[in-house]
Amino acid sequence: MVRALQVRRLLSAPLEIQSRASMSDLLSRIARERSEAAFGELFQRYALKVKAYMLRQGADSATAEELAQETLLVVWRKAALYSAEKGSLSTWIFTIARNLRIDRLRKESAWQELPDNIAETLVSDDQAPDEAVSDRQREVRVRAVLAELSAEQRQVVEMAYVEGLSHSEISERLGLPLGTVKSRMRLAYQKVRTALEELK
Amino acid sequence: MTGKIEHHLDAATLMAFSAGCLGEPLSAVAAAHLEMCAHCRAELVDIDLIGGVLLEGMPASGVLNAQAALPAMPGDVVPMSGRNGGPGGKDKARYSDGPQSFAARIGVDLAHVPWRRLGPGVWHYRVKLSPGVKGDLRLLKIAAGKRMPEHGHGGSELTLVLDGAYRDERGEYRCGDIQDVDEADEHQPVADPQLGCVCIIASEQRVRYKGIVNRLLQPLIGI
Ligand SMILES: [Zn+2]
Repeated sequence: MVRALQVRRLLSAPLEIQSRASMSDLLSRIARERSEAAFGELFQRYALKVKAYMLRQGADSATAEELAQETLLVVWRKAALYSAEKGSLSTWIFTIARNLRIDRLRKESAWQELPDNIAETLVSDDQAPDEAVSDRQREVRVRAVLAELSAEQRQVVEMAYVEGLSHSEISERLGLPLGTVKSRMRLAYQKVRTALEELK
Repeated sequence: MTGKIEHHLDAATLMAFSAGCLGEPLSAVAAAHLEMCAHCRAELVDIDLIGGVLLEGMPASGVLNAQAALPAMPGDVVPMSGRNGGPGGKDKARYSDGPQSFAARIGVDLAHVPWRRLGPGVWHYRVKLSPGVKGDLRLLKIAAGKRMPEHGHGGSELTLVLDGAYRDERGEYRCGDIQDVDEADEHQPVADPQLGCVCIIASEQRVRYKGIVNRLLQPLIGI
């Protein structure tokens, strides 16, 4: 309880501190010093994004919040395993969130049906002011590629990643053959791969 | 794992795995191949960036309920260790955290599978899936030179060779190789004439091995 209160206080830390600190620095402070202040900042940056992701995946609000909390808790616990120079922080957090969502789905089938009118804009302009340069470059590349995908490629990628639909579910929903869905996914990936290879 | 893996996961399948929308049986087999295959692991690292970018782009509006702030946060910490950044170290951490670990998923020691006979030279073992999960996951053991049982498949199907080999129109599939097909594909695999074949097959839909039951069991049970 005392701990929880401390964290709550940290979550209202001044914004200027948050924007200055690099996310990778925060993470290494969490890993080395168990810095709760650093954790508070990281939490501010990602918890709501993870919650928004869970909502799009069909979680109700309480579950989405809980999974966002759990995701960041894993970041706290495993910060020492994360390799800042190799990995991308947002990608690491994504994989944690995804795995927790899968575990939860396996336990409960009571996920809500999604409303159809959720805002479609997923790529925002703000970038993480953090992470090793090469990683950041890779992310910037991927972001640029995703922004330039054709509407139909982008649609299937988002349906898979954000709404959590299988290829077969996408094919049913769009009234397309399964093979067409898969080839659109492949074409999208080809563009990502080409862009990343140019960096090498 | 001896020999080089030559047949890999389709990029579309890797994307579904990365997105977490592959479904339990297909994920189990994809994860097993990934554990064996550095090539696909490297590809997945790039593909996961898509998820990171999409997460980064999620709106961060609203306020997280302060009452839900982390309970009992410290403690239970994974210590810093040689796993960080060492060769293969990160992968290990990743995949033990992954959607499904093969051994955990299968829940059976490959050396002591409680095989059930499907017909002459063909045995199977159905892997139990989580409640409410669609699809079919089973181990198949085919005697040397025998044909794999026919089964119409709806949706995607993944076959991973665990021991021995099989061959079809597309080539030879050895230990670690994966065959990634969808509903449009038809093939007639035959187990290696010397080694036979043990493989694990995941399907999106429940599979009925009609062909083998009718064709092979008919003379035995006299229907
Ligand atoms: Zn592979």
